Amino acid sequence: MSAIALPREAPAGTPRKGLSTWQVWGLLLLAPYVLVFLVFVLYPVTYGLWLARNPESYRTLFEDPIFFTSVLNTIFFLLVAVNLKFLLALYLSGFFVHERRWIRWLSVIFIIPWAAPAIPTIFSIRFMLNPEWGVVNSVLFRWFQIDGPNWLTDPQLAMAMAMLVHIWKALPFWTLILMAGRLAIPKELYEAASVDGASGWQKFKYVTWPSMRTLYITSTLLSLIWTLGDFNSVYLLTGGQPADKTHVLATLGIRYIRLDQLDHAMATIVVALPFVLPLVYFMMKRLSGDEQKTSQ
Amino acid sequence: MTNRKLLSEAKLWLVAIPVLLWTLIPIYHIFLFSISTKDSAFSGRLWPDHPTLRNFGTVFRQEHFYLHHFWSQIWNSLWIAVATGMITLTVATCAAFAISRLKVKGGRTVMNAALFTYFIPAAFLAVPMYKAMGTYGLLNSRWSLVLAMVTLASPYAIWVLKQASDKLPWELDEAARIDGATPAQLFRLVYLPLMVPSLVAIFTYALLLAWNEYLYAFLLLSHENTIPLAVGLGHFLASDDSPWEILMATALIYGLPPVAIYYAFRGYMVGGLTSGAVKA
Repeated sequence: MSAIALPREAPAGTPRKGLSTWQVWGLLLLAPYVLVFLVFVLYPVTYGLWLARNPESYRTLFEDPIFFTSVLNTIFFLLVAVNLKFLLALYLSGFFVHERRWIRWLSVIFIIPWAAPAIPTIFSIRFMLNPEWGVVNSVLFRWFQIDGPNWLTDPQLAMAMAMLVHIWKALPFWTLILMAGRLAIPKELYEAASVDGASGWQKFKYVTWPSMRTLYITSTLLSLIWTLGDFNSVYLLTGGQPADKTHVLATLGIRYIRLDQLDHAMATIVVALPFVLPLVYFMMKRLSGDEQKTSQ
Repeated sequence: MTNRKLLSEAKLWLVAIPVLLWTLIPIYHIFLFSISTKDSAFSGRLWPDHPTLRNFGTVFRQEHFYLHHFWSQIWNSLWIAVATGMITLTVATCAAFAISRLKVKGGRTVMNAALFTYFIPAAFLAVPMYKAMGTYGLLNSRWSLVLAMVTLASPYAIWVLKQASDKLPWELDEAARIDGATPAQLFRLVYLPLMVPSLVAIFTYALLLAWNEYLYAFLLLSHENTIPLAVGLGHFLASDDSPWEILMATALIYGLPPVAIYYAFRGYMVGGLTSGAVKA
């Protein structure tokens, strides 16, 4: 109704008076997303925070030993998996920029873990790690006569395996990103360094790293937030087992939902917000800053 | 080749072989199981003695307890993915046009709201979203998953489309305005045709995101008739003596289409998506 009425109030050609036709069209086209945001982000989040206002739910949450374990697991997961993933990605991006036809083919194959859905591949790894019938332990036994460990029933080992799954899946994406960063470095810089007799390490230290540092750090921070929300690598591999000792905050929140303890689920997330929000704010600043640069 | 060259080539292969094995072993493991019979699946050989397609027959004829709804689940997956792709594309294209070309007031705020949604970990948003979907009475309707996936896919879609749209020359808009074009005509006749590659990339992105999603799917849908194949696959873990060879055959059927689509549209994705993911 108002959509039909509005343009009549501000006919085309009088842009100063009220809203111009173009602005009205702009608002109309923006409306669907604004609606999606209000209904499925803003209202749920506000309502969720309101549900989590009771200090009592935090007290019981902190008394839950599973919560404490999960926080430690999460910190460990973030520190080890993210850094290991980025060191590998940094190294492999240097490998994949070599100009060989077969390396280009390899990079096409290398993307599969990222392109494929999580369930099939993570289940596959889960079966490979099965202590009795899994291929890993049967190979260990056949080749080295070793009884392999219980990969997924020992909490520490299981967490390590979840990190491995996470790295397996996310490594290709970040390698691609860092590769793009390396390709943006002018070749002349390397040629000049070669003329000066720089070693491979010196080229990395004085040419590659200075031009990639910002990208590397931004990517690491972004990956930190997203890894915090990595539900699949942990849940599909261990399901939080054994004895709920391999949860991270992402899976713990969902566990509370399944137990019908929504206030605990929300409280779990609120606890992580002091860590998440500054990072989100930083990332938004970065992207908005770039936006200004490109539009000017 | 000189010795030096040979050495540097050998160094490259020394990296390549572990990378290839690391990437392919879990995938080959799926394939190997799916063509093995139940007893030979665990023999630990690299190739089964009697490779068979029987597991796929079992899946297609829905002959296993976990697979009684296979076809309806795959239909749900497809329905949800296509609906998510189309709605995301519509919502994001309109928003990007309004923000980038019409310079609508408040466009910047909306862009920031979208970016905020993009950066919040999806598993965190799942908790309040689950509660809200319950309030809206949408739980167990396929629409709940479609709308949730549209919410997750739109921010990045708008961001990428806005980046692409900002690169179009302003002279086009000015010429259109001078010729007396309405915003609708500018959108339809100038904007959409020029944006086709990015639109293809965004549709593919949203489609794959929805098809691959597990967490939201299993939170929002639990009814036999509404669950997509991803959730159906998850049911295999309910018991310890799951038929792995049949699970792996189903997993292969589920995993192949998105990978094929990804490779088919990779040309669009690489330019359109990875460059926008992280700005240096």
